[in-house]
Amino acid sequence: MSESKTPQEKHYETIVNELTPNSRHLRGCVRAFWVGGLICVIGQALTMLAQTLELGELTAPMFTSCALIFLGTTLTGIGVYDRIGKYAGAGSVVPITGFANSVAAPAIEFRREGMVLGLGAKLFQIAGPVLTYGISSSIIVGVIYWAVKEWLL
Amino acid sequence: MRAGKQTFCYERPPRIAAHASIVGPKESKGPLAAYFDEASQDDLFGQKTWELGESEMLRRCAGRAMREGGLTQEEAQAFFSGDLNNQIIATGFAARALGLPFVGLYGACSTFVEGLVLASALISGGYLGNALCAASSHFCTAERQFRFPLEMGTQRPPSAHWTATAAGCALLRAGEGPGLYVTAGTLGRIIDYKIKDANHMGAAMAPAVQSTITAHFDDTGTTAEDFDLIATGDLGWIGRDILLELFRESGRPMPPEKLVDCGASLFYQEQDAHAGGSGCGCVASVTCGWLMKRMEQGELKRILVTGSGAMLSPTSTMQAETIPGIAYAVRLEVK
Repeated sequence: MSESKTPQEKHYETIVNELTPNSRHLRGCVRAFWVGGLICVIGQALTMLAQTLELGELTAPMFTSCALIFLGTTLTGIGVYDRIGKYAGAGSVVPITGFANSVAAPAIEFRREGMVLGLGAKLFQIAGPVLTYGISSSIIVGVIYWAVKEWLL
Repeated sequence: MRAGKQTFCYERPPRIAAHASIVGPKESKGPLAAYFDEASQDDLFGQKTWELGESEMLRRCAGRAMREGGLTQEEAQAFFSGDLNNQIIATGFAARALGLPFVGLYGACSTFVEGLVLASALISGGYLGNALCAASSHFCTAERQFRFPLEMGTQRPPSAHWTATAAGCALLRAGEGPGLYVTAGTLGRIIDYKIKDANHMGAAMAPAVQSTITAHFDDTGTTAEDFDLIATGDLGWIGRDILLELFRESGRPMPPEKLVDCGASLFYQEQDAHAGGSGCGCVASVTCGWLMKRMEQGELKRILVTGSGAMLSPTSTMQAETIPGIAYAVRLEVK
């Protein structure tokens, strides 16, 4: 609805805003920082482990990603990741484990609706937009980078 | 008899012959646990999907009310019920299992009270000799339909509600004698103050509740003083505060000690239900469990129960539409 609010509706909005408690942003930031940081530390440790195993420059990050995805989906499967997410918010949504969670959770939820239209179709229900806009924007940035490098430098 | 603009004052008020309530695990750890007839520790109620689980809970609840009221399937004349699932499937499946003449309703979380208003009118008018009024909701069916998969690691804002896994059923019968009666019912109008936040249903519904309660008072010439208690369905802690503020501003303040919200009463604050319980089963189970039992114990003589619903869908939310609110009210009296 594009029509604007009447004075009564605006007044009501003020009452609602006054009486509705806000999310605790500072607490949220602190929790997101330490949990998100911890996941990154685990990732870094895995990369270093991979390097000591002499997996090489290209393989080591792949090993880390795979291990973290495995961790994220496993924790989702055993019902732990949603609790971490509830505590840490963006701290556990943004890292790759959160991405794994957003794919594994609908897979579990919609399994009952069948393998094709349930699990298959709903698998990327949440991750889909991230992929769409993530890939699209990386293409755009890539083109700009290529153009700048080609003509300006 | 019609009174005023929106109210029915039942000439032959139906008696609440029996009532039953069933709740899920989280609700059975709340402050009202002792009042519910049955608490399942199994979210699935022995079924293979959440939807079938909800349906089974509703069927069991209706069956229990029939047993307690001594009503057989042959004698039962109508089953008024609804739930939050698309096309009210939990209710449809329960009605299939019960095999009763069926009236499927949708008033979102107000469905139970909507059913009471209608069934009472039909009984009062002599069209029905008895009727079962029920409603159910399930946390897991509502989450997957309206929000995210259960295992998604997301946070909810403080104003979000927790859909109650609960069902309530009341058996109404024509007749006389001492007992609990539905003496009046008020239909609601949709009120929309342009709230868009699906995570703040208390704010979306509070104006509708105020409208219906005010209409009931005006139509019947009563005030809050005439009632021992005014119960609202699922406004939650925040919605209740908003409602009190709306009444205060209207110049007809509501005494806070008389206003009880079913959703805010269902859970302890520590249970992490944020703004409180919601869902069709919330007002149904709390009314059939807590409120009706307190009336039978003589604690309350005359109460007004309102059920409120947010008439949104996942589609309307994504299309950024505002949320229409609705509320129905029934007056329950011990005679």
